[in-house]
Amino acid sequence: MEKVLMKGNEALAEAAIRAGCKCFFGYPITPQSELPAYLAREMPKRGGVFLQAESEVAAINMVYGAAGAGVRVMTSSSSPGISLKQEGISYLCGAELPCVIVNIMRGGPGLGDIQPAQSDYFQATRGGGHGDYRTIVLAPSSVQELVDLVYDAFDLADMYRNPVLILGDGILGQMMEPVVFKERPARQLPPKDWATTGKMGRQKPNVINSLYLDPVKLEEHNLKLFKKYQEIEAKEARYEILNGDDAEYFVIAYGICARIAHAAVEMAREEGIKVGLIRPITLWPYPKKAFEEVLPKAKAFLTVELSLGQMVEDVKLSVEGRAPVYFYGRTGGMVPTAEEIFEEIKKMRGLS
Amino acid sequence: MSKIIIDKDRCKGCGLCIEVCPKKVLFFDNDMVNVLGYHPVAAKEGCIACGFCATVCPDVVFTIYREEKGGK
Amino acid sequence: MKVVFERPKSLQATKTHYCPGCGHGVIHRLVAEVMDELGIQDKTIGVAPVGCAVLAYNYFDCDMQQAAHGRAPAVATGIKRALPDRVVFTYQGDGDLAAIGTAEIVHAAARGENITVIFVNNAIYGMTGGQMAPTTLVGQKTETSPYGRDPQIAGYPIRVCEMLATLDGPSFLARAELTDVKNINKTKSYIKKAFEMQLSGKGFSLVEILSPCPTNWGMKPKDAVDWVKNEMVKVFPPGVFKEPKEG
Repeated sequence: MEKVLMKGNEALAEAAIRAGCKCFFGYPITPQSELPAYLAREMPKRGGVFLQAESEVAAINMVYGAAGAGVRVMTSSSSPGISLKQEGISYLCGAELPCVIVNIMRGGPGLGDIQPAQSDYFQATRGGGHGDYRTIVLAPSSVQELVDLVYDAFDLADMYRNPVLILGDGILGQMMEPVVFKERPARQLPPKDWATTGKMGRQKPNVINSLYLDPVKLEEHNLKLFKKYQEIEAKEARYEILNGDDAEYFVIAYGICARIAHAAVEMAREEGIKVGLIRPITLWPYPKKAFEEVLPKAKAFLTVELSLGQMVEDVKLSVEGRAPVYFYGRTGGMVPTAEEIFEEIKKMRGLS
Repeated sequence: MSKIIIDKDRCKGCGLCIEVCPKKVLFFDNDMVNVLGYHPVAAKEGCIACGFCATVCPDVVFTIYREEKGGK
Repeated sequence: MKVVFERPKSLQATKTHYCPGCGHGVIHRLVAEVMDELGIQDKTIGVAPVGCAVLAYNYFDCDMQQAAHGRAPAVATGIKRALPDRVVFTYQGDGDLAAIGTAEIVHAAARGENITVIFVNNAIYGMTGGQMAPTTLVGQKTETSPYGRDPQIAGYPIRVCEMLATLDGPSFLARAELTDVKNINKTKSYIKKAFEMQLSGKGFSLVEILSPCPTNWGMKPKDAVDWVKNEMVKVFPPGVFKEPKEG
């Protein structure tokens, strides 16, 4: 299998085409611009649609239309743009439409800056818009994983009729790494017999809708969605534990932060501190099982994020008070060094 | 000969058809209250099947037929 | 017996929720008649708005999507780009199209998006109970302009056809009035023309229909029709604003 050197944003775009993405709708924003630019070049050559919308709001609603028409569709943006898409994401979840949404996160709140951040964690994992819903959230930490997760994202979206978010950051989007686009066997996916393609001989019209004026019907619909979310939680949580076998302390980090934290873990190991790394790959569903696995031997946990403490809440919910949970975060696009995290690991050991 | 069929339970009693009828054959049936709670429209003899009532009706209350020349 | 009039097959038998004398019922029927006449029912996908016509998906007998408020042209764009050989139309009111969805309609028109837009202008928000719309006339009383629309406070009504006619994208733009038999037939001919534009790939088409809202105008159905004829047409002149040149 041939390795190619690619920027994260471009590798993501290429993987989307290979995963069968037929339509892309987006609006320019830094730091994800290479992604739409790549698709603008490639989609017309390879039988797909690239369209630059007039706003993120329009883009996500174009996604709604195309998803409802039964094709694989994607949009991408960065934090402020993802905020604008929230209305559409709520409708997509309500109407149970599959699609892939990429957020290459930058610093906030407001216009913030264009540096890497992880401060959209709450927005991504708690629904983000109005109503009782969840989106599946994938958090790759290398360009290769980014590519691999794009295929999974489209499959998961189709399997569960639900939007899937790929949560990256400016570093991951911009950095160049060697990647392999592996051929993957086609998965058995449910037929899209609900899609609005025109009746084409069908007896009854198909309707894509999230309106249920009768509260009895709306509660039924919400309970049906909830059941689906429970199934996703049971089946789709993913994580990786590094240096975990003999570890007494654990650092928890995702995305680019996990790579820096892993370097810090290696430094601590050299000094004889038995520390491991838990790296959630899905942020929703949150991989609580990882904590069940290590809790019998864990003395303390340290969460490291590019935010002032968002995922740490899920860590605490997973640990359930059975061990101390510490936090270290940088914000506004400031990325911690491995040395900084190493110092925090030493502090954790001293405190517990 | 023409035939006008009125689906009385669809009528909301707006009366636009009564205004537009050139032969003034339509009227409110004040003896009847339909499932929607309105006095529905009714027709006397004399319909010429011009279709004006059906054109202005917002509720597809009317079905109208006209005898074809030489037909039965 | 020859059928002079019957329910078009692209319209479901369901009774509508619209108020007595409301124009939506007539417009639904006209769109359905055009779908029948053009033989496109089986390949048409409609997009319902937010507003009084939100339940349009229960009335048309074709595939339908329900869009967020104002976003119908974006949703229709997504459908049409995914399935370019299908017929896609949006059905939108004045709040949906000319207030919250202004960006979407202008850009769909500017792109020459090959869709058909049915724009129902009744100068008021119906579903929410009679608030001022972007097309409310100067001086018109509504729930949120109780002393009459005052341009000093609330500005002026938007003329959508005239505004979109400045763009190169649209192929057909027309405004009709739902006032009498002649004008209802004219409305239908515009709707048919608009769909024909899409079928021949000429790009964006829109028909604006001045339509009575007796309930929220506080008028009897006949008086509401007269108000369209006597007041609305003064501000929104009916006619064709854009069509392809012959030949």
